[in-house]
Amino acid sequence: MSWISKTFSSSIGRKIIMAITGLFLCSFLVVHLIGNLQLFKDDGGQAFNVYSHFMGTNPLIRTVEWVLVLGFGFHIYESIVLTQRNKTARGGNYVSNHAEQNSPWQSRNMGLLGTIILIFLLVHLYNFFYRARFGELDPDINNNDDLYTLVATSFKQLWYVILYVAAQIALGYHLIHGFRSAFQTLGLNHRKYTPAIKFVGYAFSVIVSAGFAAMPLYFYFFK
Amino acid sequence: MAGSNPNAKPMNLTLKVWRQKNRNADGQIVDYQVKDISPEMSFLEMLDVLNEDLLRRGDDPVAFDHDCREGICGSCNLFINGRAHGPEAGTTTCQLHMRKFSDGDTITIEPWRANAFPVNKDLSVDRSAFDRIIQAGGYVSVNTGGVPDGNEIPIPKDIADRAFEAATCIACGACVAACKNASAMLFVSAKVSQLALLPQGQVERKTRVENMVAQMDKEGFGACSNIGSCAAECPVGISLENIAILNREFLSAKATSNNLA
Amino acid sequence: MILDSKIPEGPIAEKWEKHKFNVKLVNPANKRKYDIIVVGTGLAGASAAASLAELGYNVKAFTFHDSPRRAHSIAAQGGINAAKNYQNDGDSIFRLFYDTVKGGDYRAREANVYRLAQVSVNIIDQCVAQGVPFAREYGGLLANRSFGGAQVSRTFYARGQTGQQLLLGAYSALSRQVAYGKVKLYTRTEMLDVVVIDGKARGIITRNLITGEIQQHSAHAVVLATGGYGNVFYLSTNAKYSNATAAWRAHKKGALFANPCFTQIHPTCIPVSGDYQSKLTLMSESLRNDGRVWVPKEKATAERLRKGEIRVSDIAEEDRDYFLERKYPAFGNLVPRDVASRNAKMMCDEGRGVGSSGLAVFLDFADAIKRNGADWVSQKYGNLFDMYAKITGENPYEQPMRIYPAVHYTMGGLWVDYNLQTTVPGLYATGECNFSDHGANRLGASALMQGLADGYFVIPYTIGDYLAQTPPTPVTTQHPAFAEAEAEVRARIQQLLSINGTRTPDDFHKQLGQIMWEYCGMARNAEGLRHAKQEIQKLRQAFWSDLKLVGTSEELNQALEKAGRVADFLELGELMVDDALDRNESCGGHFREEYQTPEGEALRDDDNYAYVAAWQYTGDNQPEVLIKEDLQFENVKLTQRSYK
Repeated sequence: MSWISKTFSSSIGRKIIMAITGLFLCSFLVVHLIGNLQLFKDDGGQAFNVYSHFMGTNPLIRTVEWVLVLGFGFHIYESIVLTQRNKTARGGNYVSNHAEQNSPWQSRNMGLLGTIILIFLLVHLYNFFYRARFGELDPDINNNDDLYTLVATSFKQLWYVILYVAAQIALGYHLIHGFRSAFQTLGLNHRKYTPAIKFVGYAFSVIVSAGFAAMPLYFYFFK
Repeated sequence: MAGSNPNAKPMNLTLKVWRQKNRNADGQIVDYQVKDISPEMSFLEMLDVLNEDLLRRGDDPVAFDHDCREGICGSCNLFINGRAHGPEAGTTTCQLHMRKFSDGDTITIEPWRANAFPVNKDLSVDRSAFDRIIQAGGYVSVNTGGVPDGNEIPIPKDIADRAFEAATCIACGACVAACKNASAMLFVSAKVSQLALLPQGQVERKTRVENMVAQMDKEGFGACSNIGSCAAECPVGISLENIAILNREFLSAKATSNNLA
Repeated sequence: MILDSKIPEGPIAEKWEKHKFNVKLVNPANKRKYDIIVVGTGLAGASAAASLAELGYNVKAFTFHDSPRRAHSIAAQGGINAAKNYQNDGDSIFRLFYDTVKGGDYRAREANVYRLAQVSVNIIDQCVAQGVPFAREYGGLLANRSFGGAQVSRTFYARGQTGQQLLLGAYSALSRQVAYGKVKLYTRTEMLDVVVIDGKARGIITRNLITGEIQQHSAHAVVLATGGYGNVFYLSTNAKYSNATAAWRAHKKGALFANPCFTQIHPTCIPVSGDYQSKLTLMSESLRNDGRVWVPKEKATAERLRKGEIRVSDIAEEDRDYFLERKYPAFGNLVPRDVASRNAKMMCDEGRGVGSSGLAVFLDFADAIKRNGADWVSQKYGNLFDMYAKITGENPYEQPMRIYPAVHYTMGGLWVDYNLQTTVPGLYATGECNFSDHGANRLGASALMQGLADGYFVIPYTIGDYLAQTPPTPVTTQHPAFAEAEAEVRARIQQLLSINGTRTPDDFHKQLGQIMWEYCGMARNAEGLRHAKQEIQKLRQAFWSDLKLVGTSEELNQALEKAGRVADFLELGELMVDDALDRNESCGGHFREEYQTPEGEALRDDDNYAYVAAWQYTGDNQPEVLIKEDLQFENVKLTQRSYK
């Protein structure tokens, strides 16, 4: 094994991949959230469709898309490998364990939160991404694919809204731990800056998840 | 006056204790009653009472590790009511006193659980994995004699203090026991940080962290997921900052060392 | 038998240098042909094992702990002395030597103590190089504090955990040699006998505490670094597993035991709270730098305090007796340990003790907190204060600590010559296990110094002298002496398991402790000692006929381990009493009530008792034979110790 594969198959190496891909996915969330704010524009979805057309056709974006796929792929793959390894390391379970007294719930349940997010992601990709990219959508007045209408009708279904909101709550908790944790894993812990990282991480988690959750709620209640 | 309170009311308790004959046997929880336990007793003194009672009755006493009973040797290691070293923060099992419990309480006592810490018997586990991690590099390679005068290596007080704080780890293993992942990174990071902070540790800085982490993985400990249980349960307050330092040291060593293996 | 201490000729300051030149050397290529067994991995054992392995010898290191780092050296709090004179306050090698001989009440061997003071400076350098995080001044240089029995500041420290940091230093050096394959480490392995062949130590018999397996180990030399025997008293500041078995087995195989009655009672320990008490906890002597020791002036006040009718704060300043400051104005609260302990006992005997039992005095930090603030006190003694609070449930920042003396250290031990060799050739004893350097009383911060001096800087030279005169042919366990020793060990274990009586090992141990504390503790007299001797004999008989054990020897059986150790304590305890009875004088930790000055100070008899009392084992239940090594004082004038 070369030193590179050895480094990244070690316990710390795998954590570093988790951290780097995690932060990369955070940056994706920011872009995705900002873009999707077009949904709130009261223009019958024209701006949003322009944006989604751009995202679906721009060669640079299409390239980065593959990087994103890799980011998700590595993040998920490493999480599975680490979870397996950690389960084996733990061995048996305690008869009585009060971990809630020494650590936050979300920190101990990143795998569960991640799985919820993954299930959501598959539904989300099938419903919007797959149908936008590979399906047949009606054109809007600018002759762009009318993804907006698909979104608007989807978010009129109660089960769909519930799934979205629940997934965003999971994402929020996932981020509360993940954001701060990524910095720790990369060794960026300093008594001067860590409190700020913690605060930013918390704010980031709340804003991102609330921002995404606002979309289905907006359509369900106000459209 | 507390601490010598003659009026402290004795307690009767139910103990649920993990009994396991040896490394390969299956274990189980066995219930015991202990009576007239003084709140001034230490937790281990309460177990002494149980063991004396068992022995007199011809039953096998409960095996558990302990020695100094001053919170410094790191021998004692009980998982009490779902917590490493019991309910009181910053305390080893031997320094936990019965005044933290109430009459009629049921107390569950288990050994540390981790694949890298096999059970010897009952509550005693094998922590030699920690020794092997230190043997992999937790030292400065100087032979006896031929070293410079102590004052020829000035060390800023704050650095010396931080190195000291990392060096106070007692290797009890509570970090591993409390961690969902049975990760030993708090233990490893304490030694790595201590020596990375000090000028004496610079010469072997890169090889040390590479070798210690490799050994840690080889022993079958889990990977840190920054939960924080370890630091919360650490009886001597080793900080999570050390794990960040370990990660940093590891990354920079891997990136810059001449070791191609 | 005539004891030859092998002290080199010449002026005291040159003895060690000359000796190092005169000892025979083993050539580097031959070193790997020699095997050395080191039993115990505390400061003395770990440092010896590491240093010997570095030289090229094959070392086997044994500890009954699960890791070398658990040895009780780890619990030493206050610090380590060294004659560095970094503080420019008049310290020197001679002064450290002088203070140590005087502190030991002139019952230590001058040459050994001088060597100890000489190598003390190397220890600090060695530990710093290992990365031991000693306390530092703001300029980055090493900090010092003062300790009892000295008027200079020469104690190096790492907050209240100096022993821990030094042990971890030695442990790291040992670990490095384990990694190199030069040390083979046996953990959870207890030594149960020495194997002597043709009068020379050639190996040991051990028991694996997890599997119960009995093993034979051979070597060209055996080093015992197995600590002291303070646990004879049951209640002491020693760790629960600390025991005398290795030293006692060696004694029974021919090694003389020196000054067994010299036990140190440490003045600042947390008082006993009940009969369930399993051990006593020491609060570092360094606390006496800033804490003031006092009891109420009036017996009546103390009585009301004990009953809870008044509180500490109700006692006015003028009604407090700072008895150490009053009686010893020059040293005040920093008098040596034996003096501080005895005075605390006197106060309690007068009925002025505090705490519900009346067996405690106050150690008060109110002045220090007023002078420098609670933060300053916390920075200096934080961990000790926390420990006190955890154990007693009281906050020492708000009310004075209660302290009482407790057995802490044993100055006596296996008799060794200048080379640290016992009377069995090839068998060495280092650290607290030997008797050599502290006389009748050890000064604070000197135990760590001695353990590391022996291990790092003495034994590596002196053992070579012996090995150079031993052929480098392999020593194996083929000799029938090994099988014989193993059979004895097995028989003894079976005997313990087969008694099937009614009393537990702890039960016997507690009773022995009570006898020892009552009659051979802080104050002793001939009548009490004679009584104690009978009591111990009776108890020993009861032990061998009424001991209760369960299980087998082929498993982890902690009660069985304990029983073996108690059996040895029951023999050693009697020897301590014999020794105390023989020494018709008071000196250091040995206070015979019949021999005291009108002010109640220890009264030595230098004309008749300036000797090391070395005892020879002659058979089970036979009186031991006393062999004297006369002490010569050429550099220190014998005076009545005065700390006034």
